[in-house]
Amino acid sequence: MENLIALLVAAPLLGAAVLLCGGRRLDAVGHWIGTVLAAVSFVIGAVLFADMLGKDAEAREIGQHLFSWIPVEGFQADIAFQLDQLSMTFVLLITGVGTLIHLYSIGYMEHDERRRRFFGYLNLFLAAMLLLVLADNYLLLYVGWEGVGLASYLLIGFWQHKPSAATAAKKAFLVNRVGDMGLSIAIMLMFTTFGTFAFGPVLESAGETSEGKLTAIALMLLLAACGKSAQVPLQSWLGDAMEGPTPVSALIHAATMVTAGVYLIVRSADIFNLAPDAQLVTTVVGAVTLLFGAIVGCAKDDIKKALAGSTMSQIGYMVLAAGLGPIGYVFAIMHLVTHGFFKAGLFLGAGSVMHGMNDEVDMRKYGGLRKYMPVTFVTFGLGYLAIIGFPGLSGFFSKDKIIEAAFAKGGTEGWILGGVALLGAAITAYYMTRVMLMTFFGEERWRSRPTASPDQPDVEPAAEHQGAHAEPHPHESPRSMTIPMIVLAFGSVFAGAFFGIGDRFVHWLEPVTGHKHGHPPVSALTITLSTVAVLVLGAGLAYLHYGRRPVPAVAPRGSLLTRAARRDLLQDDFNHVVLVRGGEHLTRSLVYVDHTLVDGVVNGTAASVGGLSGRLRKLQNGYARSYAVSMFGGAAVLIAATLLMRAV
Amino acid sequence: MNPVNYLYLAALLFTIGATGVLIRRNAIVLFMCVELMLNACNLALVAFSRMHGNLDGQIIAFFVMVVAAAEVVVGLAIIVSLFRSRHSASVDDASLMKL
Repeated sequence: MENLIALLVAAPLLGAAVLLCGGRRLDAVGHWIGTVLAAVSFVIGAVLFADMLGKDAEAREIGQHLFSWIPVEGFQADIAFQLDQLSMTFVLLITGVGTLIHLYSIGYMEHDERRRRFFGYLNLFLAAMLLLVLADNYLLLYVGWEGVGLASYLLIGFWQHKPSAATAAKKAFLVNRVGDMGLSIAIMLMFTTFGTFAFGPVLESAGETSEGKLTAIALMLLLAACGKSAQVPLQSWLGDAMEGPTPVSALIHAATMVTAGVYLIVRSADIFNLAPDAQLVTTVVGAVTLLFGAIVGCAKDDIKKALAGSTMSQIGYMVLAAGLGPIGYVFAIMHLVTHGFFKAGLFLGAGSVMHGMNDEVDMRKYGGLRKYMPVTFVTFGLGYLAIIGFPGLSGFFSKDKIIEAAFAKGGTEGWILGGVALLGAAITAYYMTRVMLMTFFGEERWRSRPTASPDQPDVEPAAEHQGAHAEPHPHESPRSMTIPMIVLAFGSVFAGAFFGIGDRFVHWLEPVTGHKHGHPPVSALTITLSTVAVLVLGAGLAYLHYGRRPVPAVAPRGSLLTRAARRDLLQDDFNHVVLVRGGEHLTRSLVYVDHTLVDGVVNGTAASVGGLSGRLRKLQNGYARSYAVSMFGGAAVLIAATLLMRAV
Repeated sequence: MNPVNYLYLAALLFTIGATGVLIRRNAIVLFMCVELMLNACNLALVAFSRMHGNLDGQIIAFFVMVVAAAEVVVGLAIIVSLFRSRHSASVDDASLMKL
């Protein structure tokens, strides 16, 4: 069984190699090759899962050592895999959702002439992500970490002919670099502290080290997690990453890659458990991000960017839970999995809407689409109910547990974190209801285009295909797109109940992450009821704002907060002023010092030596007579000196 | 006769030779002036030998003659080849070494 682990990674890697090196000959079948290899990986994962279920909870961890990567005295890096319950959860999520999204992309990217390449990149992503979660040491995890970063860069910038996409890809790459630096520093610290970076030895001997060192390592790991998972302060890339094709947003920037940071924290649980300061920072980062993302999500008119804000916010919940320690790890991963289902489903729904609406992303130009896209409406609607935490659906079970765990943290901290989590739940309900109402309900705003007057709803047939200004004809998407949406909608509805009832998920993950039952200061029932109450409050408020009143086709000016939220709460302005300008000032002053001080010393030395030698040069005039004069002069001086000395 | 007079003569001859080296341009004349300076030295050496009553000065004079002969061989060869290529024996023309 152990030998199958490498195949999990090898299948999509093979797909990437074949598709990216195969050339145009594979254009016709390339997308099937990619999809089938993703499915192969899923099947292998399912076989391993079945095998794992057959064993005792304690004996489930298996490993495979492929070869020694860097065998140096005192520095052993191995290509070795480790498959335990945590990795298994990720493997199933990645390959399962990945396969569905491959299938969806066949329809979505049908008219793109670079479709083969797209599937190559998707397979490359799957391979890197699987490597990330299967690695048995931090160095190999780093390889996967960089691999998903590369795949993300390539896929965000897939439509590189658009300058906005190319810029967004670059931005994502650069911001991620900051986080990656954190991970590499963490690995170096581990190596100097423990002499190794394999999970087993590092995590087991964590207790023998000073708390200061562990805090430093944990904070660096958190920085890495912030970069990859778009947490404050490294959150700015995720909104722009929506420039990529929608399946990419669903797979990489919602369901899997952005959750790698949560994986990293939970995997390093033993380090975080012993560094309470780092845990506190983690919870603060999670709490800030969950509000930040939710507020941004409320103001965006671009459906994908609203969902991106929501992703940021939901990952904030996971990071918050992961920062809570053993009372939260399991729920962080549980929310991660359910989020993987419903957020991927929501993104695929958004992609389906865009597909039927001539790639329009502005929700103010949607409206009343439920009649035209019934399947999309239902699946999106189920995802919507799941994310806001409607009782009985996935989000309810996972998010409620996180809020409970936040309160159970205890003391003032617990009240603040729990309050923030509750507030986040209300805002989530608000912005998701807004997206739902603006897209599927209300008047059909796409009909009243500037070119067509309202009393002439039917445009002439000739005008239909005149590009973006032609009135869209909303239609349901092909079956290859709707089937993945339906499957994910099933996941959104039932996954939470399946995991949550009877604490199934807790028992499953407990051997890896450890679990402590949290005791909130108020009863769990009160928390659940208040969660439902704030959810009704948020959704109701959104209904008053966007359901009862007509939605203006042009965004109103809005309050100061709205305008700030539309600009992503000024994150880019902040980065620009503090980092870009600051960096420019720093470099400019360094250049000034370089020019005046360093160059001054060097140039001054050179100039004085040059001037002196210019004068000395005059002595060398090439006339034998003048040399003879200096000879005679020198001899005369010598004789004079000798005589003088003798006289004295 | 007082041997010191020989020394005066030697100094006079040396001065004439040195002046010639400094003011003349023709390489042959220059060369002859150098010879004059060398012979002035020889004269002074022989005079000192006589004054001190030993033969050291005379022996050194022989050495000087041998060196002068060798110098003449090399120096004349250089002057002849310079003259062949430049059609001039002026030392100021051979000033390529200056910057």
